[in-house]
Amino acid sequence: MVVKKIYTMGIDIGSTTSKTVIMLNKKEIVGQAVIPVGTGTSGPLRSIEAALKSAGIAREEVSFTVATGYGRNSIRQAQLKLSELSCHAKGAVWLYPPVRTVIDIGGQDIKVMSISEDGKLQNFVMNDKCAAGTGRFLEVMARVLEARLSDLGELDARAKNYVEISSTCTVFAESEVISRLSQGADICDLVAGIHRSVAVRVAALANRLGVVEPVFITGGVSLNSGVIRALEAELGVRVWTDARANLAGAIGAALSARP
Amino acid sequence: MTEKNTSGEKIPAKQRLKEIAEKVTREAWEAKKRGEKIGWCASNFPQEITTTMGIPVVYPENHAAAVGAKGGGQRMCEYAESMGYSSDLCSYSCINFAFTDIGECQELNIPLPDFLLCCNNICNCMIKWYENLAFKLDIPLLLIDIPRLSNFTCDDDRIRYIRAQFDDCILKLQEITGKTWDEEKFKKVMDISLRSSKAWLKAVDYAKYVPSPYSGFDIFNNMAVACVARGTEEAAEAFEQLAEEYEANVKNGITTFKGEEKYRVLFEGIACWAYLGFTYRTLRDFGINITSTIYGPAFSFLYQNVDELMAAYSYVPNCNCFEREVELRVKDAIAKKVDGAIIHMNRSCKNWSGKLYELERQLRLQAGIPTVVFDGDQCDPRAFSEAQFITRIKALIEIMEENRRKKEELNE
Repeated sequence: MVVKKIYTMGIDIGSTTSKTVIMLNKKEIVGQAVIPVGTGTSGPLRSIEAALKSAGIAREEVSFTVATGYGRNSIRQAQLKLSELSCHAKGAVWLYPPVRTVIDIGGQDIKVMSISEDGKLQNFVMNDKCAAGTGRFLEVMARVLEARLSDLGELDARAKNYVEISSTCTVFAESEVISRLSQGADICDLVAGIHRSVAVRVAALANRLGVVEPVFITGGVSLNSGVIRALEAELGVRVWTDARANLAGAIGAALSARP
Repeated sequence: MTEKNTSGEKIPAKQRLKEIAEKVTREAWEAKKRGEKIGWCASNFPQEITTTMGIPVVYPENHAAAVGAKGGGQRMCEYAESMGYSSDLCSYSCINFAFTDIGECQELNIPLPDFLLCCNNICNCMIKWYENLAFKLDIPLLLIDIPRLSNFTCDDDRIRYIRAQFDDCILKLQEITGKTWDEEKFKKVMDISLRSSKAWLKAVDYAKYVPSPYSGFDIFNNMAVACVARGTEEAAEAFEQLAEEYEANVKNGITTFKGEEKYRVLFEGIACWAYLGFTYRTLRDFGINITSTIYGPAFSFLYQNVDELMAAYSYVPNCNCFEREVELRVKDAIAKKVDGAIIHMNRSCKNWSGKLYELERQLRLQAGIPTVVFDGDQCDPRAFSEAQFITRIKALIEIMEENRRKKEELNE
């Protein structure tokens, strides 16, 4: 029997990045793209084009498209628009089936989701309007430290201690980091302190919901091993991830395609 | 009694209630013009005093809510900030400080006060708000101090404490206004207030039917009279008519909710007045009806005698002990068959917001419903984000939908 090839597309338009995933028969990822600009920019279209190119298929071959994220309503070709919470939950379960708690740290949001035993989103909590602890917070800090965002995890690994960052406000924390730098603080210890401040905030949110193991992290910040280490220390549990966890929202969207 | 217009058509209760609320402000203006002393009054101050004595009062909280709903919130808050008030203060108070300084407001004007009546049963910050007004305007401030309940019920000591202040307030108001106290009239006002309260509660309670015979936003629109005029005969009649209309809706299978009621939710907190239209349309378009809220029914007071009246003013939402607060919500959520809860983290109201995370946890545990918290403010539009609100509501819907699917599977 020849299995028909059904391509589904999931597009996750966040506040800072645009992610697109193309799945074959909802079984495997055959195309993916991440463009580092989000809603209201050229990012969404560029990510769609890049994902199609990486899958080696034409747009017409995609049978169903689902959009998620803050910019979901701007994607005209999407037949279905879902909240990023459901999509991240679904994507996380696909990447790591035993998951019971998902932590998603995106550009502007932190979400903690509880997953039922049968892999469904049960409840969630989100950060308030403050951007402290989000991906944007880390971007601002990386700029101050003249470090690349992708290097933060490695710098953290070299830390001997951590520098206390007490401000929760991104702008105030930036001033605090600058002042610590001028006092001669070690950059690795500063990075570890920044990651710890993120972890403390995320852990408070997670504990409010109730942490059930296993815990899995998604979103762009899941690529930062320093944040994961700090989170594990704060929560006292192992935090699992996957190299594709930054695509969890888009994966969940592609999996939500109908039928 | 059903009121009719000049064409002999029945005036809907909603219209009557709107007119009653407007009349309160109009009468205060007329009294002011006649040279009578008029007051500004906290929303949960025992209105039995002013109604019995025939003293006109207006309510700064209601005024601020109206200004917020008509789009003036940000302008007035920014004006107050330019006067030196912190943006962390309650937006009702900021709007009121700005109004007091300017002396007028394009959205709605109220007469300036000759005295102030404060009651802290809903908010302790209110004492500072009213002290500030008393200082600025150099007018008397009468306070009835009703501390938060530490137990489930209001005990005799507390009742005596409240009653002593109640009696003292009457004496002071006689001195300030020259008006007198009439015990017989007081009894009558108590009877009418009880009638209004019962009718208002009865009307609100019809949301237990599926579908609800009314849109939850009707509560936000109709509740003003329960606050400002529940001691009047016309308010009692209008609320009784409202209950009759909802009863008729149930019998006829109709509702004021526009569209299909797909989901029923508990709404926690004060409405976002500045985004009342947006939140209404968003929830309506998703088929979400608010069938449970303690905010509107909070302006009903049930009592059989004077001591019970004193106790009743301890049972307002922000004065109850936390356990009673939880029980109120959980019982109502179950009775009104809600699928989830939408919780307003109101930046203005530290008293109300401070307990919300635990309240949310208890709702999940005891009522077994999914919940969502959104940031906002009762009047300051700067604390609300439309996109963040929609994202949270959409996610709540997806969970409510999944819960329903599972329930149906179990029933099959």
